[in-house]
Amino acid sequence: MRVTVNGQEQELAEGTPLSSYLEFRGLDPSVIVVEYNFQILPEQDWEGIILKENDNLEILRFVGGG
Amino acid sequence: MQDKLKIADQEFSTRLLIGTGKYACDEFIPDILASSGAEIITVALRRVDFEATVDNVMYHIPEGVQLLPNTSGARNAQEAVRIARLARAMGCGNWIKIEVISDNKYLLPDGYETVKATETLAGEGFVVLPYISPDLMVARKLVEAGAAAVMPLGAPIGSNRGLKTRELLKIIIEEIPLPVIVDAGLGRPSQACEAMEMGAGACLVNTGIASAAHPVAMARAFAQAVAAGRQAFLAGPGASQGTARASSPLTGFLYEEQSV
Repeated sequence: MRVTVNGQEQELAEGTPLSSYLEFRGLDPSVIVVEYNFQILPEQDWEGIILKENDNLEILRFVGGG
Repeated sequence: MQDKLKIADQEFSTRLLIGTGKYACDEFIPDILASSGAEIITVALRRVDFEATVDNVMYHIPEGVQLLPNTSGARNAQEAVRIARLARAMGCGNWIKIEVISDNKYLLPDGYETVKATETLAGEGFVVLPYISPDLMVARKLVEAGAAAVMPLGAPIGSNRGLKTRELLKIIIEEIPLPVIVDAGLGRPSQACEAMEMGAGACLVNTGIASAAHPVAMARAFAQAVAAGRQAFLAGPGASQGTARASSPLTGFLYEEQSV
C-alpha cells in the first residue's frame, strides 16, 4: 500500500502499525511530533494506529533556527 | 536593583535571546548558550530527514531554558498556526515566535497575516511573540490581538547590518506597552547596545553570533553589550548638544587676570 510520509510516497506492507514504522525509522519519540492525516497525534495514541492506503504522515522535529 | 525582563507571566534576568541556526554542528549550542547568558532560545520545526544522522538539537539544549520555536517556513497565517500547534505538541511549552514570510529576497514579514495568526494562537493560550517590520499600526493590532511581546527587525534577517530601522524602532518602543525585542539584522554588539540604550526590552541575535570567527566569544560580547545598553537606558543618558560644553570649570585659570 502507498502512504505519504513527509511529502514522499512510500510502499509499506499492509497493516503496518504506526509505532512499528516509527521504530523502523529509528526515531526517538521524545524529540519528534507526528501529524496523521493532518491531525496532531499525541504519543499515547501512536499504539492504536494501523497505517492504511493513502494515509498522510508528517514527522517533524526541532532544528536550529533563529 | 531588580531589573527583570517580564514576558507573559515569566521573568528573566538577561535580555539577550539567541537563535540556534547556522551553526556547523548543534554541539556548539551549550557553549554559546553559556557565554551568552541567554535564558530564551529559538528553534525551528522541520520534517525529519531520514537520510541524516539521529542527532537532534534538543539533545543540546539544557533543561530550564525557555524554548521559543518559530514558525519559519509559514507563508500565511494558516500555515503559521499549523506549525505553532505542532511545535506545542512537541511538549516544550506554549511559546511561539510567529514568522510569516512570503518574500524570499528580503525575508520581510507579512504584517496582516502575522496579526491574524496572533489572534488565533493567543486565543488558544499560546505566548505569542510576533516578528514584524517596525510598523506602529501592526504593532498596535498585535497588542489588541494578545501578543506577549513584539519583535521588530533592525535590518533584514541574517544581514548583520544593524539598526537600519532606528527611527521606526524608537516609535515602537515609545508607543507599545509590551516588551520590544529587536530581532534580525544585529551583526555587532555595538548595534545591540544602541537598541538597548534606546529602551528596547531585549535583543535576539543569531547570525551576528553564528557568523563570527569565534562565536562563543562573540556571544559573550553581545551579552555584555546588551547589559551595558540596558544599564545606560536605566541611567538616563544626558542630552546631546550641538556645541561644546566644558567639562572643567571655566574659572580660576592659572593665567587668569586677577581683578583688583
